[in-house]
Amino acid sequence: MSSVRVLVGTKKGAFILTSDASRKKWEVSGPHFAGWEIYHAKGSPVDPKRIYVSQTSGWFGQIIQRSSDGGKTWEQPGTPPGEPMTTPEGFPKGESNKFVYDTSPATGKPLTTHQFYDGTQHPWEFKRVWHLEPSLVDPDAVYAGVEDAAIFRTTDGAKTWHELSGLRGHGTGPQWQPGAGGMGLHTIVQDAKNPQRLTIAISAAGVFRTDDGGKTWAPKNRGLTSKYIPDPNVEVGFCVHRLASHPSRPSTVFMQLHWNVCRSDDAGDNWRNVSGNLPSDFGFPIAVHAHQPETIYVLPILSDSLHYPPEGKLRVYRSRVGGNEWEPLTNGLPQKDCYVNVLRGAMSVDTLDPCGIYFGTTGGQVYGSSDSGDTWAPIVRDLPAVLSVEAQALP
Amino acid sequence: MIRVELPFHLRTLAGVTGEITLEIEGPATQRSVLDALEARFPMLRGTIRDHMTFRRRPFVRFFACQRDYSHEPPDSPLPDEIASGAEPFLVVGAIAGG
Repeated sequence: MSSVRVLVGTKKGAFILTSDASRKKWEVSGPHFAGWEIYHAKGSPVDPKRIYVSQTSGWFGQIIQRSSDGGKTWEQPGTPPGEPMTTPEGFPKGESNKFVYDTSPATGKPLTTHQFYDGTQHPWEFKRVWHLEPSLVDPDAVYAGVEDAAIFRTTDGAKTWHELSGLRGHGTGPQWQPGAGGMGLHTIVQDAKNPQRLTIAISAAGVFRTDDGGKTWAPKNRGLTSKYIPDPNVEVGFCVHRLASHPSRPSTVFMQLHWNVCRSDDAGDNWRNVSGNLPSDFGFPIAVHAHQPETIYVLPILSDSLHYPPEGKLRVYRSRVGGNEWEPLTNGLPQKDCYVNVLRGAMSVDTLDPCGIYFGTTGGQVYGSSDSGDTWAPIVRDLPAVLSVEAQALP
Repeated sequence: MIRVELPFHLRTLAGVTGEITLEIEGPATQRSVLDALEARFPMLRGTIRDHMTFRRRPFVRFFACQRDYSHEPPDSPLPDEIASGAEPFLVVGAIAGG
């Protein structure tokens, strides 16, 4: 009998929602790491019991937590007994929380400033980990997307982290600038067929891709448009909100841009608008059905100034043809007086059949559908504001 | 013996419930107290001081004997009451009001 685990990161801790495959009755555990902002929690595709968590605080900085038993117990990598991480003098290192930008003469020397809100140059300053992307093949390997935007990697179960500095150093770094929520690297998409290829997104710089395992990167924003960017050939500057791709078709990538829903069928080399009949093409999350690569989901938000659903109706929109033609999914969702937002990391699908889909709101509700979005029900209603949702199907 | 009082979230992180007591060789300073604290509780590294510069994080303050030591040089001696354990060294999350 398979089951589902949904990892929920909130402004005040992490919660774990579990159910059997029927996805009708749910158990809620938490808060884990109570009082801390949990930007992201995600399990390893190779070992679902291995979960990585980004725990963060404006006061006390960044913490990485790891579980090897599906979230029953947690540890900071490198600190528990039996996992010695010591200096030559014998002192514990506590390196798992250490995200230090590459400033080495060989690879990091020129990586000094980005563009600030006011257009001036500003030094890179680490603030937090927005996104953790466990490797598709190794439970000890994880990518981390951080603010100020950069990508780090661990290959030792998160005991130590090292920047893939070719991203910041490829040339356009001084032109990147923060979006309203900060200059975060918030999306990391692995190519299931090509382990050397990663596609990432940064607000507000855009999409970048590596085809050599992270050594070199190139902007991939051709075809994107923004009324604030008059030059149609500009390389960077786009406030990409989220990317999603189906593992069987890694060259097809879907995007929720600041405004516009877009798709690429050449791994990001070219993008086109597929917003079609959406009531608003502004929004944050985007997800792909687990078994139908052309079925995608977005959650329209009224505008960049009004972060709530149009008409006070919470509607997921589904396209079964990869965009342009969208249908509202409303059964079980509030259709009046609803003014919550759904953030970019707060929508996820499971791989059961039929596909389950989940999203969390800034009002603390987590909604789930066990029939690909046809009907919905709240799993929990009164959590703190939800920052991230990740679903895991368990054997 | 040095007594150290941590804010709630750092006590949780370190897995302690009350004050921490530390033994320090040499003079009691901010640096020696925090070095000993982090050596015993490596999970606190980076939460009070920056990993690389060892500067105090902006929203963390240090108090001792009803005085603010946040802006004192890290190698300045702390009061005798701290060195003797008569008073605790307070690590405080900076929050207006109370």
